[in-house]
Parts: sequence; C-alpha cells; structure tokens
Amino acid sequence: MAVDSPMQRAWRRLKRRKGAMIGLGVIVVMILVALFAPLIAPYDPTAQSWSAVRKPPSATYWLGTDEVGRDLLSRIIYGARASLSAGVISVGIAISIGVPLGLVAGYAGGLIDGVISRITDAMLACPFLILAIALAAFLGPSLTNAMIAIGVTATPIFIRLTRGQVLSVKAEDYVEAARAVGNPHWRIAWRHILPNVMPQLLVQATLTIATAIIAEASLSFLGLGQQPPAPSWGSMLNAAQRFLVNAPWMAVWPGLAIFVTVLSFNLLGDGLRDALDPRAR
Amino acid sequence: MLTVIGKRLVQLVPTLFFVSVLIFSLQQLLPGDPALVMAGEERDPEVIEEIRRRYRLDQPLPIQYFYWIKGVFSGDLGESMRLNVPVLDLILQKLPVTLQLATMAMIIALLIGVTAGVVSAVKKDSWVDYAVNVFSLWGISTPNFWLGIMLIFLFAVTLGWLPASGYVSPLEDWRQSLATTIMPAFVLGNAIAGVIMRHTRSAMLQALQSDYVRTARAKGLEERVVVLKHAMRNALTPVITLGALEFGTLLSGAVLTEQIFTIPGFGKLIVDAVFNRDYAVVQGVVLVTATTYIILNLLADIGYILVNPRLRG
Repeated sequence: MAVDSPMQRAWRRLKRRKGAMIGLGVIVVMILVALFAPLIAPYDPTAQSWSAVRKPPSATYWLGTDEVGRDLLSRIIYGARASLSAGVISVGIAISIGVPLGLVAGYAGGLIDGVISRITDAMLACPFLILAIALAAFLGPSLTNAMIAIGVTATPIFIRLTRGQVLSVKAEDYVEAARAVGNPHWRIAWRHILPNVMPQLLVQATLTIATAIIAEASLSFLGLGQQPPAPSWGSMLNAAQRFLVNAPWMAVWPGLAIFVTVLSFNLLGDGLRDALDPRAR
Repeated sequence: MLTVIGKRLVQLVPTLFFVSVLIFSLQQLLPGDPALVMAGEERDPEVIEEIRRRYRLDQPLPIQYFYWIKGVFSGDLGESMRLNVPVLDLILQKLPVTLQLATMAMIIALLIGVTAGVVSAVKKDSWVDYAVNVFSLWGISTPNFWLGIMLIFLFAVTLGWLPASGYVSPLEDWRQSLATTIMPAFVLGNAIAGVIMRHTRSAMLQALQSDYVRTARAKGLEERVVVLKHAMRNALTPVITLGALEFGTLLSGAVLTEQIFTIPGFGKLIVDAVFNRDYAVVQGVVLVTATTYIILNLLADIGYILVNPRLRG
C-alpha cells in the first residue's frame, strides 16, 4: 500500500474541517474576482455619474451607488485587489525578513540572538495598528507604503515564531547528525530546520493575512492606504460614514466584504492549525 | 521569586532601549529634509531653521538620539507643531478618556468572553459550544470601525437611543458619559471578547479534566459548585493575565473607534497628529503606548508568578 506524504495526510485532515473548506472556497472565489475584475465588474469603478448619485440597490446597480454615482459592486470587486494584495504582499514582506532573522537568532544563539530578540520584543511592545499607522504616516500615504508599514509591523511575529521552532528542533537527532557529517550551517538551517518550521509558518501566515487585511482597510479608512479615486474597502467605508442617514448601503457592503474575507482567512488558519498540529493526530 | 522578577526587570532595559531607538528612527523615514517636512505648510526659513536647531538635525544621528532620549527622561517629548503645546501635556490630557474607554471595554470583554468560554467548555461539542465558537470568530474577524458605523446606524440614526458621537466626562455627568461611551466600549470589547473566550474555553477544558475536579465530583459536590468554584478559579488565572496583554489590542482598536465616535482620546490624538504631520506627537504617542504596554506586560508576568507557586523558582 502506498504511504501518504505528510502533506497528503494534512490535506485529508483539512478536508474534514467544514469551516476551513468554506474559508478556502471563499478565498479562491475572492482571488478569482480580484484577478478577473475587469471582466466581472459591470461598470468602471471610477466612473462618476451625476444622474446616479447615492442610488439604493436596484436591478441596474445591484449594490447601489456612492456619493458621486459610482457603482458600489464594481468598486467592491476592484477593491478586492487592494485588500488581497495588501494582505499577501505585507505578509510576504514580514516572512522574507522575519524568517531569516528568526533562523539566524535561533541557530546562532548568544549575542546575535540577544540583539534580534530584544528588537523583536521592542517591536511587539508597540500595538500593531499604532506602529503601522506611525510607519505609514512617516513613509507617506500610498498603498505600497501601507503594505510596507504593515509588513514591517508583522515581521516580529515571524521572527519569534521561527526562532522558537528552531530552538525546539535544533537539538533533534537528525539536526545533530547533519551537523556531525559536516554540513555547512546555512545548509542545515535551509534543508533540515526550515522544513520543520513550515507548518507553523503556514498557519501563522494565513492568520496574519487576516490581520493585515484589516490593517490595510484601517489605514485606507484613515486615508493612509489606497489613494482616491482607486477603490479600496477601507476608504469606501470612510466615505460611507458621512452618508449614513441617506445612504446606509454605502457602509454595509465594503464592511461585509472585509468581514467575509477576514473570516475566511481566520477559518482556514484555524483549520490548518488543527490539520498540521502533530498533537492533534 | 525576587530573582525571577529582578531578571525580568533587567531584560526590560534593552527592550526599552530598542523601543526608543525604533521610535526615534521613525523620523529618518521622512522623505527628503526632515526639517522641511516637519515644518509642513510653513515654508518660513526661520521656522525651518528653528526646527533644525531644536531637533539638532544638523548633528550626527547618535547625538540627535542622545538629546532626544535625554529629553524623554526629563519628561520632554517635544512640542506639538500645530498646537504649540508640549506633547506630554497633550498625552496626559487625552489619556484618561482612552483609559475610561479601555476599562469599560475590558469589563464588557471579560463579561462576554469568560461567560461564553465557561459555558462552551461545560457544554463541549454541543450546539452552544458551536454557537460560542462562531461568536468568537465573529469578534476576531469584524473590523471594529465597521461595527462602530453599523451600531451608529442602528442605535443613533435609526432608533435614536444613543448619541452618534461626542464625549462627556463622567465627572461632569455620568449618565451622559455612559451614553457616549457605551457603543465605542462595546466595539472595542467585542474585538477581544473572542480571544478571551477561546482562552477561557481551553483553560476550562483542561481544568475540568484535572484530578482535583474529579475528586470534587467524587465527593458528590453539585456540578455547579465544581464548575464555578473549583474549575473556574484555576482556569481564570491565565485569562486575567491575558487581559493585561490584550491592552495593546485595545489601544490599537481605540485609534479607529475614537475616530468614528469622535471621542477626544489617545487614538484620535495620533490620527489628528498624522493628518497634520505633527510628527513629535506621533512619536510621543507610540512611545507612551509601548512603555505602558511593556509595564503592563511586566505586571502580568509578576502577577502570574505570584499566583503560580511553580514559577517562583
């Protein structure tokens, strides 16, 4: 009988978790929507129409229109691009800085570990959104800068996670053996330690994307992220706040879009944790 | 035990040092000449020169840092460019408002989170447990600024029960104060209630399977007494500690929540400062928040050591 790889086993366990599969399904749909936005969106997301200002949902405008007559559905569809890319890119930044630093800290120990760990503590001491806002404020308002700010702010999470994992597998026999046969340090770290950190990294990355999407929406809400007229769910909510009495639908849809996306990443992250956690086997 | 606490205190020094370096370095991110950017709309060469002199921008970085941190130690966090008021005064003025909001939010979060966590642990795998889990995910996944807007729409715009925005100090009129802060406090509390619920649930599940709970049951005690007196008391210790750690989340959340409900607290201070390019205020707020968070963290650790004899070492 063929023996399953750990990946196949994890996938089988993940498939049994209804919540995680729903989350994954929604995420896939969202990604497709973002990729094919020009084909799906019924209108140009930035096209203003003074004859269609603040129209409630109807057959023409499924989700209604905003204060300058732009179609909300089209803006939500295009907004998925800003949100998803902000989530993925900022977490990508955090991983590409955090994982190598965590590997070095855990593997080298001593002074290097001390310095990296204290910097990590210092960054974690600043509340996430406050640090991200401060960074974005100093870098200047733009979606790219918001992604950098969120990515840098999320970095210590990955340093700490990787370092912890490295410390726990460093003393394992197979790592000792790899060292004993004279493998160079980078090779041991890359080939023997990193693969063992991967499952936890995957879980953390999924959950951090959820946090990053909320952070991007928050920064855009404050005007520090995506700049108008390009659509973003956060800035749409900001505009909606001023028209709550006359056009409440303007506030409902972008918020719902953020909520559903974030919820899906959280569901998938929780499911992945259960599926990849060896203790759950 | 004192050695353990002493060690934690010593560890704080480098952390605080790096926090200060981090916050100081923020101004290095400003594109171009910092004096020019910090002066904002003001293009008066004298003002720019004054900024350059005050922040010693013509000196090397380590010297700039030295003077900055020296000022911080003597309570000088710089001056707000816009309001011409010392940053520390501004912060001290806004802090009580946010603390009131954070305290109310924490009470709401603990009430919801602990109750839901205990119930879901006791009724594990039932529909109640399932519903509580859904609630927790809802709390974690809802952007609090959206929840805030929706609550304003429901309770202020549609029903007219609560004011949509504004703030009244409890010293002035406590009823009005409660009316203006209950919605924002709920929004903030909702975000951490889910986290507290998850921790309570897992701590309770562990406690319910422990030997002392089995013994209590074997003695023939009522299940209510076993759960509330024996299991819950032990399970709550880590949850209380977590409460202190979640304070950072509360401060983060306060930024947008205060903005939406126009509450003149800490969060609104940083946002206004960002909009007005009042960088000294931004730095001051981050510094005070981080220091508060570090101290709370330390207190939580000490509290944890005090109640857990095994850690006294």
